[in-house]
Amino acid sequence: MSPKTAQIRLVSSHPEVYEPCDDSFALVDALLADRTNILAHRPRLCLEVGCGSGYVIASLALMLGQELPGVYYFATDINPHALRVTRETLDAHAVDAELMCMDIASGLEKRLAGRVDVMVVNPPYVPTPDYEVGSEGIASAWAGGENGRSVIDRILPVADRLLSDKGWLYMVTLTTNDPSQICLLMRKKGYASRIVVQRSTEEESLHIIKFWRDSDIQLDTKENVTTNKSVPARAMDSLVSQFPQLSFWKGTNSNCL
Amino acid sequence: MRLFTHNMLSSNIKGVANGFPLRIEAEQVLEKQVDFNPDFLRNLFPKLEWKALVDGARALGYAELPEAADSSMLESEEFLRKVHHALLELHLEEGALTCPETGRKFPVNKGIPNMLLHEDEETSLQLPGSLGSHMLVRITGKQ
Repeated sequence: MSPKTAQIRLVSSHPEVYEPCDDSFALVDALLADRTNILAHRPRLCLEVGCGSGYVIASLALMLGQELPGVYYFATDINPHALRVTRETLDAHAVDAELMCMDIASGLEKRLAGRVDVMVVNPPYVPTPDYEVGSEGIASAWAGGENGRSVIDRILPVADRLLSDKGWLYMVTLTTNDPSQICLLMRKKGYASRIVVQRSTEEESLHIIKFWRDSDIQLDTKENVTTNKSVPARAMDSLVSQFPQLSFWKGTNSNCL
Repeated sequence: MRLFTHNMLSSNIKGVANGFPLRIEAEQVLEKQVDFNPDFLRNLFPKLEWKALVDGARALGYAELPEAADSSMLESEEFLRKVHHALLELHLEEGALTCPETGRKFPVNKGIPNMLLHEDEETSLQLPGSLGSHMLVRITGKQ
């Protein structure tokens, strides 16, 4: 039997909550593609930041559930409507997660630091004027500010703080977000990365990137990343090889709504 | 909201030093049965602030936990079953969480705590050394 994911007909909705879309499906496909590794990884605490409709966290709980009992799932969103919808989606699938309304993970950062084994994020990545970032309601699901990076750049240090030594982060990015630069920034924090799923639709080119701590990466704490010269050639080669089509991809400003 | 979640939550208001543990005011408590998983509890135990759990359980009407606990007690199934019940089966459905330092109340409705801060309560969003978009490494294109 193939592993279960959440069913669209059972996903609840609300006018102010982002519905599952290409990006959500790509993220769930990435988790499915890596499911065997996640099961072997035996995570105890999983966290989704920005759970929206609950499609992703419900899918994660379903695909790990039977074989990995006793996993504790957290999900946050800045939009209170989203958490109500997520609760309904979880109930409809008979799975459970602890839901909290907060900005990224602000109420968890002290006590949950270094404890999250799997973190999944479909961030608001659409380039918008900065004043739209953090708007109330559904706009918080997509408004990403300049290059769609305003919220992503706040999530990365939080992920670094929350992830356990063996923790993995799965994040959705758009070509316009400059994913290779995101990988380089995370590399400076000691993380290796790889693209688990990449998908181009008419509207956007998405890639789901997985990050994990790699002890082989030399932490460069003093030097700021300001020039190409500070990046070891080998790291550059490795990163460039992951993004072979990058120069051909077009970023767009549209989401699928 | 379960008490394990309560054990992981703190108030993040600007100027608050610790913000933990949040004081629970319970208006409605639910109990939902969960499969007993001793390994899971043994794994969580070192992460717990025990006193916060004891006080939280009492606020939810469960006073069976001992005032102090250490890892040797994890051998006892009776003890583990109590921890299991307190941590995973009790739910704060309606009520509030109060910041121990400022007295600010965070409401809990339908089991979901609302930890959102007002603008004047937020700490500066730009952390030192944060991954700002001003950083200049670009490997796109072939210069």
